[in-house]
Amino acid sequence: MTNGSPLIRLVHVTREFKTPAGVIKAVDDVSLDLDRGEAICLVGESGCGKTTTGRLLAGLLRPTSGELLFEGNDVWRSRGADQVRFRRAVQLVHQDPYASLNPVRTVEQVLAAPLRHHRKAQTAKQARAAARSLLQRVGLTPPDDFLHKFPHQLSGGQRQRVSIARALTVDPRVIVADEAVSMVDVSIRITLLDLLLGLRDEFGVSIVLITHDLAVARYFGRAGRIAVMYLGRVVELSATQELIDDPAHPYATALIGAIPEADPDLTRSKQRLPLKSADVPSLLRLPPGCSFHPRCPRAEAGLCDVLVPALTPIGGTRSVACHVAVRERTALAAATGPFRFDLPWVDIDKSEGSAG
Amino acid sequence: MDPILSVQELSVEYATRRGALRAARDVSFDVESGETVAIIGESGSGKTTLAVALVRLLPRNARVSAGAIRFTRDGITRDVLRLDDEELREFRWRECALVFQSALNAFNPVIDIWSQFLDTARAHGMKDTKAVRDRSFELLDLVHLDPERVLRAYPHELSGGMRQRVLIALGLLLHPALLILDEPTTALDILTQRAIIDLLRELRTKLGFSMLFISHDLSLAAELADRVVTMYAGRAVERAGVEDLFYRPRHPYSIGLLRAVPRVTGALGSVASIPGSPPDLISPPPGCPYHPRCPLAIDACLAAVPPLLPVDMPRHDAACIRWQEVARTIGTAERHVAEKLA
Ligand SMILES: Nc1ncnc2c1ncn2[C@@H]1O[C@H](COP(=O)(O)OP(=O)(O)O)[C@@H](O)[C@H]1O
Ligand SMILES: Nc1ncnc2c1ncn2[C@@H]1O[C@H](COP(=O)(O)OP(=O)(O)O)[C@@H](O)[C@H]1O
Ligand SMILES: [Mg+2]
Ligand SMILES: [Mg+2]
Repeated sequence: MTNGSPLIRLVHVTREFKTPAGVIKAVDDVSLDLDRGEAICLVGESGCGKTTTGRLLAGLLRPTSGELLFEGNDVWRSRGADQVRFRRAVQLVHQDPYASLNPVRTVEQVLAAPLRHHRKAQTAKQARAAARSLLQRVGLTPPDDFLHKFPHQLSGGQRQRVSIARALTVDPRVIVADEAVSMVDVSIRITLLDLLLGLRDEFGVSIVLITHDLAVARYFGRAGRIAVMYLGRVVELSATQELIDDPAHPYATALIGAIPEADPDLTRSKQRLPLKSADVPSLLRLPPGCSFHPRCPRAEAGLCDVLVPALTPIGGTRSVACHVAVRERTALAAATGPFRFDLPWVDIDKSEGSAG
Repeated sequence: MDPILSVQELSVEYATRRGALRAARDVSFDVESGETVAIIGESGSGKTTLAVALVRLLPRNARVSAGAIRFTRDGITRDVLRLDDEELREFRWRECALVFQSALNAFNPVIDIWSQFLDTARAHGMKDTKAVRDRSFELLDLVHLDPERVLRAYPHELSGGMRQRVLIALGLLLHPALLILDEPTTALDILTQRAIIDLLRELRTKLGFSMLFISHDLSLAAELADRVVTMYAGRAVERAGVEDLFYRPRHPYSIGLLRAVPRVTGALGSVASIPGSPPDLISPPPGCPYHPRCPLAIDACLAAVPPLLPVDMPRHDAACIRWQEVARTIGTAERHVAEKLA
């Protein structure tokens, strides 16, 4: 959880898009706090709003409602020096380094341009020296082997390292890495994740890693938190290990049970939570109440199909947006002594109140 | 009994501007009747080349430079590389169907699903439209799709998971004895991926076909395979039962792959990437192709390409002269390698 004031915050942020078929809420009432040096993973299936959330955090998309705060200042209301400071402080690393690196620029040119632009280097010589040390930092050694290469002469992993080096040219405080390892080979993902974690340890950079891959999230987020998204909303936000060991939201439980594991005995004996339906509702026609309720084996009529559950703290580092989980977990926490088998359920009115 | 598929020292090369690219080299493995074999390895290791070569759909710049592919059904063995065009057409769907990696590209985008079924059936001599329709309904039912709706749809109107199901159904149209799947769940979301895995398992039990699937995703092999072949730089470097491969690997590359893919639940153990990158297949390094990345490499590894050597487990071999060294560290316990090395 946060201590003091968080470095960057999304506060009840919603982002709508107009599509030919109507307006959709790609991100709906999302609040996230990120401390200095914190690592957080956004996970969820495709289309759940991870990229949009990342772009909102990086200030590249304006919220339809809600606020983006950086060091307590509302980014979209600040101007001048504050704006510039924010733009430098938050850097986005894309999924596909091939698309984000100019094919006709050498690695040196890619790095020198922002260095000169942001006055980190006055002369070409200084820029080259700074580029060398950045390449060293991202593990492209010896740097002189890479300065004159073009993107197509690099492997996928090397290109992603160049993208990270470019993000580092402005001494960022936050890096938003959107599927940054999804396109590189499995055999080298871990070193890229370690590189990002190293930046956090060394410079206190906060990192938001967006991934659809729970194994990546588990490794990267082992010292941080995971936010699970579903249809534009954060449905659970917990410390990684707790989320993995004991997911509270039925959707998180279903995902963790469903993911195949690279271990035959483990994967063939996993507990599963079967869903009522495989169909993901369209953002254009979201079901009323909890948008997961039509698929949820634990949904209760009259509650889950009526009221939208808010992300609610359930103790420790955890928050969950589920009426049933909130009720049960709060009741569990309230029950004292080892002999209480008949747990006194919090009555529905009360749980609605705390969830609304 | 003869294995249904026996691949013997198969080599495939592509003609490229820089010279011959040897994408598969001396690859040998068998698929027994009713068995599921997984081929694993990072991208570029030659998995797709191998799959495509098995059904002789290689592109024009490719050629099989050596080896044999034998297919046995009902006691009759055929040499796939010698089939004429007519025999090949029969073979491709009736004996052995290939479900391609990209479920969208595999379809003709401008005709509806019913026409795809009909075209495939006609091409293989099923002239009775009513029979084709019945069979399509039966198969789509089997893959848990609504036949009425799906047959009328165009490929782009279906979700990725539905397309993958349709392709599997289409693959089963002519009752093949062997289904080859190239990355059947890559690019699908977790819950969709799970549904496809469960579906394959269910179909395999119901219909009794053998399966060869190809994936860079180790977890798919852990889910479905009876036996696993690890490929590296075009070569089969380890062949083992699934539990041996995951708990008692004997090739350093298999160990590298296993440590590179963290588990979600269970202990994290010792997780690490493989240093370096795979070799250039036009001018591979001398000796063992893995030696530049291998922590156990010694001078002798550069001297010659190591053959597959039987190791300390039955029906298990590894192309590594240092497998005994590996065996000493990994042992034989039934535990994941990442945990053993922690
Ligand atoms: N610029 C846009 N215009 C219209 N719809 C968009 C736009 N960007 C994203 N969306 C939609 O918003 C939803 C969330 O998308 P995205 O944030 O990319 O999800 P994810 O990264 O989790 O896959 C999707 O339905 C997507 O189609
Ligand atoms: N049509 C082609 N022409 C030339 N080289 C090819 C062709 N198809 C694949 N290759 C090369 O063959 C090697 C093996 O590729 P592939 O069989 O696709 O591996 P995998 O499926 O394991 O990723 C790679 O080096 C790839 O670049
Ligand atoms: Mg995205
Ligand atoms: Mg392939």
